Amino acid sequence: MSQSTSPSSSLSASLSTGQADLLTMPADRGGCPFDPPPSYRKEASVSRVSLWDGSPCWLLNGYREVRTALTDRRFSADARHPGFPFLTPGRRELVGDNPSFIRLDDPEHSRLRKMLTGDFLIKRVEAMRPGIQRIVDETLDAMLAKGSPADLVAEFALPVPSLVICDLLGVPYEDHEFFQRQSKLLLDATSPAGTVRQAVDELEQYLTALAARIGADDESILGRLVARGDLTSDEIASNALLLLIAGHETTANMTSLSTLALLRNPEQADRLRADPSLIRGAVEELLRYLTIVHTGLPRVALEDVELDGVLIRAGEGVLCMLSTANRDEELFAAGSELDVERDARRHLAFGFGVHQCLGQPLARAELQIALETLLRRLPELRLAVPFEELSFRTETIVYGLRALPIAW
Amino acid sequence: MHVTVDQNRCCSSGQCVLTAPTVFDQSEEDGLVLLLQDEPAEALHPQVRTAAAICPSGAISLTVGQAVGA
Repeated sequence: MSQSTSPSSSLSASLSTGQADLLTMPADRGGCPFDPPPSYRKEASVSRVSLWDGSPCWLLNGYREVRTALTDRRFSADARHPGFPFLTPGRRELVGDNPSFIRLDDPEHSRLRKMLTGDFLIKRVEAMRPGIQRIVDETLDAMLAKGSPADLVAEFALPVPSLVICDLLGVPYEDHEFFQRQSKLLLDATSPAGTVRQAVDELEQYLTALAARIGADDESILGRLVARGDLTSDEIASNALLLLIAGHETTANMTSLSTLALLRNPEQADRLRADPSLIRGAVEELLRYLTIVHTGLPRVALEDVELDGVLIRAGEGVLCMLSTANRDEELFAAGSELDVERDARRHLAFGFGVHQCLGQPLARAELQIALETLLRRLPELRLAVPFEELSFRTETIVYGLRALPIAW
Repeated sequence: MHVTVDQNRCCSSGQCVLTAPTVFDQSEEDGLVLLLQDEPAEALHPQVRTAAAICPSGAISLTVGQAVGA
């Protein structure tokens, strides 16, 4: 997106006056299911929009503006501030209620996040690679044993990160049907009122009960949070819940969507098969190109801030569109195309600023191993249904595929 | 090129360690940035620049040109 400002982007623009386009939810896609939702993509880097409840909000589409809003301390991630933009009724329902660190500002955010950063050190995650490879191979063995065709989402993309995060967190994988169902409800923008609240309550009760059962000598993250002794049981539950959901939904959807993107760009899949050392860069490019957190990260201005000539007033909300920022032509030439050999490392798929994804080293390792293994072990991998028949999750905060029927 | 890091700003994303592993490391305890060398050889400059650019919390500063020892 160009940084040149449209005439409407001037200091005289105000959030509460004039017509604003309504952001739709579900966030329907246009012609190409890999392109950002059209109603969330504007020409100007900063534009006025209105949310589902009629409240006004600024939509940030440019790379620079998104990066600024996510790093400038004058913007807050704390949903308890007046004016904070809620993408769905479910998000609004959860306000004020035992927030995890993604909905807190420093210093509270940093205090809680620092208790977990040691678990996601680059070196520690590198040491987890053999274990992740084993999970990937065993899950793939089971899918192959059942035979072609198969649903890649149910048989591979969802089980792999669920198994990994369960092991790390200390949650029994046998309970996966329960927590996968709850996660789905929680992330679904069309969930009826009360459903999201109930899903969170049930998950927190489950994790609180688990934490109470777990011994302080347990090696898992949950065990160590319990062993610290300085966290309330509510704090343990809300932060464990964040890890559990973020740990499997995001990677699962990235795995299936990445596979589909490679099936639609077979020459790029061939390049990865011919040279597996390209996989690390390819995963960065897939993260950029697909940007599954597709409806934007919400923030609220605590002071007046000027962005690209537009005055954002204190108390006004902004939505940081990672997906359009990641296609900003100033940073990524031909950004609407997938190019697995592009240097995409400046992408914002994990967000930016102090809230940038805590689990990103783990997500990268899982995606690199899962995709490399899939391409290597299934040289004949192909879609089992016409591309046009695929169904995409436009109603969830994390974009993805409902199912991906494949054959080999 | 002279490199400085600010642990008070660092959010332990590990991006610098991924990008320039001979220049940056992380503390075992909480993943805060550790500087392994503050005057990296010229061959390392591109990766150090990338590391500084993608650091999400702006914890890496580079001084180029007139800096002492550069």
